[in-house]
Amino acid sequence: MRSIRAAAVGAVTMSLALAASACGGGSSTGGGSDDSPKTLTYWASNQGASIAVDKKVLQPELDKFEKQTGVKVKLEVVPWSDLLNRILTATTSGQGPDVLNIGNTWSASLQATGALLPWNAENFAKIGGKDRFVDSALGSTGASDKDPAAVPLYSMAYALYYNKKMFAEAGISKPPTTWDELVADGRKLSKDGKWGLGAEGSNPSENIHHAFVFARQHGAEFFTADGKADFTNDGVVTAVKQYVDLMAKDKIIAPGNAEYAQNQSVSDFAKGKNAMLLWQSAAANLKSQGLSEDDYGIAPVPVQSGTPGTGDQINSMVAGINLAVFKNTHNTDGATKFVKFMTSDAEQKILNTAYTSIPPVKTAQEDPAFNSPANAVLKDTLAKSAAALPQVADESQFETAVGTAIKELFATAAAGRPVSADTVKSALQKAQQQMPAK
Amino acid sequence: MTTTAPAAADVRKDSPGAAARDPRRPGRIRRIGLPYLLLLPALFLELLVHLVPMVIGIVMSFKELTQFYIRDWGAAPWSGLRNYRMSVDFDAPVGEALLHSFLVTIAFTVLSVGLCWLIGTTAAVYMQETFRGRGLLRALFLVPYALPVYAAVITWVFMFQHDNGLVNHVLHDQLHLTDKPSFWLIGDNSFYALLTVSVWKGWPFAFLIVMAGLQNIPGELYEAAALDGAGRWQQIRRITLPSLRPVNQVLVLVLFLWTFNDFNTPYVLFGKTAPAAADLISVHIYQASFVTWNFGTGSAMSVLLLLFLLVVTGVYLVLTSRGRRTSDV
Repeated sequence: MRSIRAAAVGAVTMSLALAASACGGGSSTGGGSDDSPKTLTYWASNQGASIAVDKKVLQPELDKFEKQTGVKVKLEVVPWSDLLNRILTATTSGQGPDVLNIGNTWSASLQATGALLPWNAENFAKIGGKDRFVDSALGSTGASDKDPAAVPLYSMAYALYYNKKMFAEAGISKPPTTWDELVADGRKLSKDGKWGLGAEGSNPSENIHHAFVFARQHGAEFFTADGKADFTNDGVVTAVKQYVDLMAKDKIIAPGNAEYAQNQSVSDFAKGKNAMLLWQSAAANLKSQGLSEDDYGIAPVPVQSGTPGTGDQINSMVAGINLAVFKNTHNTDGATKFVKFMTSDAEQKILNTAYTSIPPVKTAQEDPAFNSPANAVLKDTLAKSAAALPQVADESQFETAVGTAIKELFATAAAGRPVSADTVKSALQKAQQQMPAK
Repeated sequence: MTTTAPAAADVRKDSPGAAARDPRRPGRIRRIGLPYLLLLPALFLELLVHLVPMVIGIVMSFKELTQFYIRDWGAAPWSGLRNYRMSVDFDAPVGEALLHSFLVTIAFTVLSVGLCWLIGTTAAVYMQETFRGRGLLRALFLVPYALPVYAAVITWVFMFQHDNGLVNHVLHDQLHLTDKPSFWLIGDNSFYALLTVSVWKGWPFAFLIVMAGLQNIPGELYEAAALDGAGRWQQIRRITLPSLRPVNQVLVLVLFLWTFNDFNTPYVLFGKTAPAAADLISVHIYQASFVTWNFGTGSAMSVLLLLFLLVVTGVYLVLTSRGRRTSDV
C-alpha cells in the first residue's frame, strides 16, 4: 500500500511540476521593466573579420561599462545569417536580449512588429539628444512618421575598391567614375583567369543594395509614394538589367560569382583574382586577409555620368548598424545607459576605428582618425551622395523577394543563357507577387 | 522510476476478473485509477511535446499572423480559411509556387527513396556473405549515416562549388565529360546535387535495416532452394525479398516521411532561398513564413502538408497490410 501511495504522489507531483513549467514559458507580452538592474544581454552583429575578432574588440569596452555603472553585459555575437531570425524568434516569444544590433535597413520592418523601444524625445534626452547624430544615419532608423526604432551605431557606405597593381599592368591610370568607364576598364582587366569585378550573386541583400543604387540612378523607386511595391517599372527593370549585365553582357564578372554568398568576392579581391570590388567599409576585412592598404585604392562608386551627388547621382545606400533596445527588457534603465555609453564620443572613436566604419555621431566623426583618404571617400559619400533604402514595413520582404529574383537572374547569366529586359521583368513580376497584398 | 515495479505487480493482481468477483471491495476505484494516475506524467509530456505545438500551429493557420502581430499573437485577426484558400489557389502566384514545390518534392522523394532502398538492399545482400574485410566495409558504409548532417552537407557544398569544387574538377578537368564547369548549387542542376546528397545520406539507413532483416531469414531456406537448383537471382527473388516484406514496408514508409520532410539537407546546401529546381516543400514553407514574415500562411501550408502525409501514410498502410493478409492466407 505504501508503495502505491508513494507512486501516486510521485505521479501527481511530476504532472503538476510539468504543467507549471509549461506555463512558466509563456509570460511574454508586456513592456519593459527594471527587474534585473545588474545585468544586460547584448546581441552584437558580426562586424569584424570573425566572431572571435568581435569579441576581442567589444569585451574590453563592456568591461569599462561594468566598471562605470556596475552593470554586467553578457555579450553574444550573432552571425548575419542568423541575426534576423533570432530577432524574429525573440519577438515572437518575448524572450530576447536587452540591447541588440540591427542592420539599419531592417529598422522599419522591425519597428512594425513593435518589438523595439521607440526613441521618442524623452528617451533621446537620456542619451544626449537626437542632434548628436548625423542626419543621413537617422534617415535609416524607421518610418519617417514614427519615432525611430533604433539609434545609429556604425555608418558605412559603398565604395569602389581597386587593385593598384592590376590597374597599372592593364595601363589604367585612374579609377573609373562612370559605369561605361568601369565596363571598359573591366574588359581590359578580365583576362588570363582574372576578372574585372567581383560580386556576391547569391546574397540577396548585396543584390538589393546595388539594385537600389542603379534604380535611383535611373530615377526609379521600388516603392510608390504610398508604400506599394512597384518592382516592374521601366527604371527598375533597366537598373536590374544593367547590374546583371555586368556578368551577362559585359562579361567582367566571373560566372562563378553567381553562387557567392559568403563574401568570397572579398577573398577573391584580396587574392588578386578580381581587380575591382564594390563593398562597404572593406578595409578591416581586407587587412585581415593579408592585403595591405598600399595595394589597393578606394574611389567613389561610379554613376551613369557626371559626378556623385543627390537625386539621380547617388552612388551608395546609407549602410550601417543601428543599436536598439528590446521592449521586453528587464533593465530599461541599464539598457538606455548602455546605448548612451556605446554612442559616446570616446566609444564611437574606438569602435568605428576597429571596424573601419564611420561614426554616425557628429562630434566623433570630426576626429582626425576618420580623415584618412579611405575614410574621406566614405565620409564624403555618406554626407553627399548616399540615400536610405525604402523605410517601409515590407522592407525585409522586399530584400528577400527582389534579392532572390536577382540571384536567379545571375544564375541564368552564369549558365550562359541570355538575360533580356523581358527576362528581368518577369523575374521582378514574380517577386512583386510574393509581397504581402495591400 | 523505482516505484513502477511494485506498482505494476499490483496492477496485474487487479485484473478485471478479480474486480468482478468482488465489486464492492474498498479502495477499488483507487486501484483502478492508479494505472491512469501513473500514466499522467507521460500524458502531460506527450501533450507538451507533441500536441500543444501542433494545436498552436493549426490555430495559427487560421490567423493573419504577419509582422504586425507576431509580438502579441492574441491580437492577430482571425482570417478564416483565407490562408488555406491562398495556398491552394493554383492560378495565383502563391498557390502556383506551392504546387511547383510540391511536385518537385514528390519527384525528389520518389527518386531518393527508390535509390536509397535499391543501393541499401543491394549492399546488404552482398554483405551477407562472409569475406575478409566485411566488418570494415560495413562500418565504412555506415559513416554517412553517423556523420552530423551539417558537417556532411557543408562538405558537399564545397565539393559542388563551381570554381574550386571537387565534382567539377573530376567531371570537367579530369574526365572531360562537360564542355565547361557546371553549376551545381544554382540553376537546374541543383536538383541532382540535392538528390545525390540525399541518397548518399539516406542509403546507409536502408542498408542497416535490411541487414538486420536478413539475419532473420533461416539459412535452411537457402540451402533447400540451392538443392532445388535455384540460382542466386532466384533465391533473392523467391526467398530474400518476400521474407523482407514486413521490414521493407516500414523502411519505405520511414524513408518516405523523412525524405519528404527533409529540411536540413536543402537548407545547408542552398541557404534560405533554394533554386526553383530544388525548391523542396519544407524550405518553401520556411521561406513563406520566416522570410516573408507571414506565419499564418506558413502554418496553413504546414497543415496541408500534414494532411497529405497522413493520407499517404494511411493509404499505404491499408494497401500494404491488406496485401500481406491475402498472401498469408
